[in-house]
Amino acid sequence: MEIKEIQQEIIDEFSMFDDWMQRYEYMIELGKSLPLINEKYKTDDNIIKGCQSRVWVHAELEDDKLVFTADSDAIITKGIIAILVRTFSDQKPQDIIEANTEFIDEIGLKEHLSPNRANGLVSMIKQLKLYAVAYQTQLN
Amino acid sequence: MFDVQKIRKDFPILNREVNGKPLVYLDNAATSHTPKQVMDAIVDYYSNYNANIHRGVHTLSQEATDKYEAARHKIQNHFNAAKSHEIIFTSGTTHSINLVANGFSTLLEKGDELLVSAMEHHSNIVPWQMLAERTGAILKVIPMSIKGELEMDAYVRLLSDKTKLVFCNHISNALGTINPIDEIIQKAHAVGAAVLIDGAQAAPHIKADVQKLDVDFYTVSAHKMCGPTGVGMLYGKEEWLNKLPPYQGGGEMIAEVTFEKTTYADLPHKFEAGTPNICGGIAFGAALDYMNDIGFEAIAAYEHELLEYATQKLLEIKGLKIYGTAKNKTSVISFNIEGVHPYDIGTILDKLGIAVRTGHHCAQPIMDFYKIPGTVRASFCFYNTKNEVDVLVEGVKKAAAMLK
Repeated sequence: MEIKEIQQEIIDEFSMFDDWMQRYEYMIELGKSLPLINEKYKTDDNIIKGCQSRVWVHAELEDDKLVFTADSDAIITKGIIAILVRTFSDQKPQDIIEANTEFIDEIGLKEHLSPNRANGLVSMIKQLKLYAVAYQTQLN
Repeated sequence: MFDVQKIRKDFPILNREVNGKPLVYLDNAATSHTPKQVMDAIVDYYSNYNANIHRGVHTLSQEATDKYEAARHKIQNHFNAAKSHEIIFTSGTTHSINLVANGFSTLLEKGDELLVSAMEHHSNIVPWQMLAERTGAILKVIPMSIKGELEMDAYVRLLSDKTKLVFCNHISNALGTINPIDEIIQKAHAVGAAVLIDGAQAAPHIKADVQKLDVDFYTVSAHKMCGPTGVGMLYGKEEWLNKLPPYQGGGEMIAEVTFEKTTYADLPHKFEAGTPNICGGIAFGAALDYMNDIGFEAIAAYEHELLEYATQKLLEIKGLKIYGTAKNKTSVISFNIEGVHPYDIGTILDKLGIAVRTGHHCAQPIMDFYKIPGTVRASFCFYNTKNEVDVLVEGVKKAAAMLK
């Protein structure tokens, strides 16, 4: 699936819920299906800076696609990174670089987009895209 | 007679909603809200006598200078400083501490020792680390117990004739502990060391008497006590302030300037380079008036009642642990729920309109001590109510149910 299609799928899933509590509960559920990072990659180098909770991300190139694994010690944050990993994982680096992330707004998580928020959704997106840039350079 | 409902009417922001819920503001240790009386002082300044001070011959400048200096006198009286020039206006506690730390770089020698308490805010650690790096002085830590109380026996053992400075907060921002600063000051003076007390968290709750304490330096931020941000004060004993070199150079702080040599102004101007936060200083004075009108004894009694009520109610929640259980503490409750990240709780509480702080509270060494990533901190002000405590408790229960 293309990134846009996955994003639409997530938007559709979230649109089933009327209130924020259900959306958060669903996000927490999504966190449980996050492809977990191998313990050996849970190093300080792989921690995303700018998050109040700890978030680790690892990226690996499989053929021409980038595969992300991650984890967090806070479960809401884990849900957020799970949504991003689901969107960006198994995609070509160039597509990740070009993808927009406005769907976050549409699923009712707009408040997490503020650079002021200590959870660092913005930092997470930036870090995933940085991986994509790095691997794209390698592919070139 | 203390009437919380009447007091709440002075704070317009308490009427607003957050995420469709009435705001329950429990982040007062980070910043307190501003009453109408203080806002009026700000509007009055800009409406009627906005001007630069200490310089102009014109009427507005004279009026602004008079009001600004009147605010300095209010602060002097409030903290019972012997002289008004012992009150230095700063941008807040961080500025105050940096001013002193910078000054001591000319007074320390390699091998001199500085003692810091284990429960300091980063702003009362980092400037001294920088000072130690510059001078070769050694920074030593006064340990604390699991309850969050300083170990005074260990403190006494750390003191020696090498000790030049001791710095400690009056009240811990992360734990709420009220430190025994009388004893800390006396013991330090017995070995000839100076003492800086960070009063940022104490000033909203306790009226410190700097002469009775015999403290050498005491620091305060206005925004934690109903004043505006960006203004605060440093109290320093005259003899110490005379010993310290100026911190910043510029206008206002000079006596005479030639390209060969500049002589500095007398206290307090020596430490007040540039145009100060004039309006802020005046509003700081108005905030002190406001709090004194309510009365610090009434405030302390009411906040203590809130603290006891909130502590009891929160402890009824399964798996909830409070960090900082000192015998003497102020209305700050730092807590976690077993198996739940504090950040998650804070996020859910925000959705419920409840403002708390989560994280390390700029006191990472305390979190390392307890081996936790952070806590949820609810800090209460005299305008909070028992009903708001109930809302918090229900919110935490709801969050815990969602997050476990």
